[in-house]
Parts: sequence; C-alpha cells; structure tokens
Amino acid sequence: MTSVAANMLRSAVLLALVAVIGTSLLAGIHALTRERIEDQERRVVLEQLNQVLPPGEYDNALHEDVIEIRDIVSFGHDKAVRVYRARLQGRPMALVMNLVTADGYNGDIRLLVAIREDGEIAGVRVISHHETPGLGDPVELERSDWILGFNGRSLNNPTDLGWAVQRDGGIFSQFTGATVTPRAVVEAVQRVLQYFSKNQEILFELPAIEEGHDQNP
Amino acid sequence: MTRTPELKTIFMDGLWHQNTGLVVLLGLCPLLAVTGTVINGLGLGLATMLTLMASNLSVSLLRGLLRPEIRIPAYVLIIASVVTALELLMQAWMHDLYRILGIFIPLIVTNCAIIGRAEAFASRNQPVPALVDGFATGLGFCLTLVLLGALREITGRGALFADAHLMFGSLGDKLTITVIPDHPGFLLAILPPGAFIGLGLLIAARNWWQARRAESVHVAAVASPQAVT
Repeated sequence: MTSVAANMLRSAVLLALVAVIGTSLLAGIHALTRERIEDQERRVVLEQLNQVLPPGEYDNALHEDVIEIRDIVSFGHDKAVRVYRARLQGRPMALVMNLVTADGYNGDIRLLVAIREDGEIAGVRVISHHETPGLGDPVELERSDWILGFNGRSLNNPTDLGWAVQRDGGIFSQFTGATVTPRAVVEAVQRVLQYFSKNQEILFELPAIEEGHDQNP
Repeated sequence: MTRTPELKTIFMDGLWHQNTGLVVLLGLCPLLAVTGTVINGLGLGLATMLTLMASNLSVSLLRGLLRPEIRIPAYVLIIASVVTALELLMQAWMHDLYRILGIFIPLIVTNCAIIGRAEAFASRNQPVPALVDGFATGLGFCLTLVLLGALREITGRGALFADAHLMFGSLGDKLTITVIPDHPGFLLAILPPGAFIGLGLLIAARNWWQARRAESVHVAAVASPQAVT
C-alpha cells in the first residue's frame, strides 16, 4: 500500500515539476516581451488611425484621447463604439470612430471613419471583415480603391437618398456579385455622420477613458 | 529500447517517407486553413517546426524522468508552454504576421503530429536524434504548407509571395511575383474547397512519383541484380 502511495506521490511531484518549469519559462518570456507587445499594439492602432486622418492635422496623442459610446438607436446595435478625438493646440479638429456593422454578408465588419469638425469625411477604412474573398473584399483598400469614394463626402454631399449603393438608387457603386457588403458599409458610414451631426459638441467634451484595459481595436 | 536510426534515415523519414501532411495526414486543420498564400503557409510551417524541435528536445531530455503514467500530460504541458512562448515572441517581433496567423498559432498545440513525434520518437531517443527528427518532420510539414500555398496562390490570385513584407519587412515588398498578369482571380482555389482539392492533388502527385520510382528500382534490379543491395 505504502509503495503505491509513494509511487503516486512521485508521479505527482514530477508532473508538478514539469508544470513549474513550463510556467516559470512563460512568466520570464512574458515579462521580456510585454512592453514590446504593447508598443506593437499601439503602433498598429496609430497606423490605422493615420490611414484615415493625416498625422499633420492634429498634435495630441490621438490613440489616448479616446471615449467609448453605446447607442442602439443611432448604430442599430449596442456594441461599444470607440471615438478618438483629434485636436490641434487644444482645438477640436476631427473624430475617428471605430465601430462594427452587423449588416455584412458574414459577421461583423469593423470600420474606421474619420470626420473633420466641419462634417466632411477625411477617410474610411475597413479594418476587419469576414466577407467572401474575391466578392466582398473590394471594400479593402488593398483590393480596390472603392473605399476612397467616401473622402470629402458629408451628410449633404450627396443628399439623403444618394447615401446608398447604385442598385438602391444611390451614388455608391456595388461590386459584381456582392451588393450586401458595400450596402452595409455605406449605411454604417451614413449612420456615423448622422450621429456626428447630432452629438459633435459633447463628443469632444467627454473625459477620455483610462487606457490599459480593453485594448481590442 | 529500440535502436536509434541513422540521422540520414531520420531526416528522410520526416521529410519524405513519413511526411506529416502528405503521408501521415496529421495536422490537417491548420494545413488546410492557412495555405491561402505562400507566406501564411511559411509562417505557420516555421512556427510548427520550431515547436516540434523544442518539444522533441525537451521530451528527450526529460525521458528518463517521465514515467509512463504521467508522460501524456507532461507532453501536453511541454507543448503548450512551447507554443505559448512562441506566440508571445511572435506577437512581439512579427506582429503583423501574428495578426494574420493569430488564431492558428494556439492551434499548433492540437497538431497531433507534435504529440505523435514526442511519443513515438523523442521519448525513446537521445536529444540529438530527437532534435533532428523534430527538424525533419517540421521541415516536411512546412514544405507541404508552402507547396500547397503556392499552388493556391498561383491559381487563385495569379501571384506568389504576396504580403511577404509581413515576414521579411521592407525587403519582402520586392519579393512579390506576378505569375499571371491581370489574373481575374479564381475563387475556388482561395476558399477552403481549394485547399482540399490542392492537398488531394499533392498526395496523388507524391504517390505517383513514389510508384514510378519503385518501378524503376524494380526494373534496375531485374536487369542487374547485383547492383542493388
């Protein structure tokens, strides 16, 4: 009996030893890489922001001046929308909104929309999506420059009915074999503009959230 | 204890005779999922290779210590630690590639080829042969991923080495080759069915080659029996 117990104990200790070695190895590597990984994540966020808003137009730490809003009426879902506030010498210059639309063909499409304080779009990018490769992916800048068609647009340019894909009577082209994807993007951008025109002032006033948690872009 | 085979035999087994992707057919989930382009295949292939080498080496070093009843949980612990370490390192130094391969890196843990080599080879052999076995098996897997990636990228997009900058930095931009100019894109090859069809073709090609070689050896043996020993 005792020899069985001793045997079991030996096995348990050995297994624990392997676990301890593995865990301490990981703890070491984590400590070594943590700072670099945070840097990399910050770099990715800033690179994406700079794609929609030229870095010369603001002088604050754009990726840190951020608030989160939820508004089911304006966006059609209650998922968090991140709003980055660009300022030049303290004056409000532009907002960059990071939001999802669930109206795509397959899952969420995540968008960045930058709007200057006069209501004009500085840029739009799709930063992640699961649309069909080859059909829905011309919303990516790497595949086509369709997304650049939003540059310089605003709520009155085109007017309300124009904010749709051509098949629905609007001015934005759809892709061969894929109407759902561009329709979802156009609708989401229009919603952002409407939200912006109603809430522009307060969006710049709200205190920025503490960084360091919920870093998901 | 079985006799350790020669290093050359270990190498050829991992690379060709027991190729994980084409003969043993293990680890097919990542193989089929990431091979849309050469670079994605290469990235996951190298990560798998490093994991195999590290896990084989650790298992071989610990083989005297690990008793039969705890060996499987110990392998799982070792492999999971190695993969997590690799994931952290990749996140720190190859962040853009990590963002593409992201969800497939943790899945390396579930690649049965790795625990298979730990159990079948590393636990019974010296560290050096175990390391060579990990390298050869990983290389065989990696080459399969790259081949399948190339096949799908050429037919699907008409290019090779797209997105190479994710792995090689600014150097990679010049690597991209347009194989078929103005390729309209062939969806089937990019989507998952293309992976199954491509893998099927690769396996068939390997079998055909193997059969042809066996035949020519046979013919040679008949012609001059003493030439083959």
